[in-house]
Amino acid sequence: MGDLSEFPLKYRIFLKAYRWRRIDPVPWAPLKKPVAQSRLVLVSSAGIVTSEQKPFDNSIRGGDPSIREIPSDVDVSTLIETHRSDAFDHTGIRQDPNLAFPADRLQELSAAGIIGSLNHRHLSIMGSVTAPGRLIKRTIPQVVPKLVEDRVDIALLIPV
Amino acid sequence: MSLVAAELEQRGISTVVLQLLRLATEKVRPPRALMVPFRHGYPLGAPNDPELQRAVITAALNLLMDPSLKPPAIVEFK
Repeated sequence: MGDLSEFPLKYRIFLKAYRWRRIDPVPWAPLKKPVAQSRLVLVSSAGIVTSEQKPFDNSIRGGDPSIREIPSDVDVSTLIETHRSDAFDHTGIRQDPNLAFPADRLQELSAAGIIGSLNHRHLSIMGSVTAPGRLIKRTIPQVVPKLVEDRVDIALLIPV
Repeated sequence: MSLVAAELEQRGISTVVLQLLRLATEKVRPPRALMVPFRHGYPLGAPNDPELQRAVITAALNLLMDPSLKPPAIVEFK
């Protein structure tokens, strides 16, 4: 179960004391058309990279705020998980990256007509970013115009 | 991820975010969240289990099409 009890003590203490940023007001973009007619982008925070990309830098204080674009038709078996947190078990993702970067599942759902289309690029970021300011105020605003240009309608976000 | 979802939502992209930790979800308040009953590292349930992975994704996508939801919408995966 995804609750505090699964974490080692140091993380339980950290997470209890962490000053979470409260979203207020909560923005709301209603779906403009059915999912079966919408274009979807996947955003994963499992620190996934392709074999040609630089791994995320786990030495950056507060968390690596950079982003990787990953083709939506990527061979999932070639993806590399570079998340280095010892707060969770990495075995499952390394066996099957679809567990946190489900590009194959999305292809299947698109082929079945459940999703209208997949954006040509999905996005990969690093999770466990304790200082999210640079990610939210710098990285994401840089990538959003690309998604608008790509005519993305919906985003599926998967943490790890 | 919830903060990223809010940024996208502000710019007109409808989002749904999977969530593993209720404490964080309730404090941060993403626009649409599907709480999944899995441990960290296993957001779609299990490796090499396409059926379960598709079921979680489909449940998340269904939140986007539920007109009864209001922000912040936090729904359990069952």
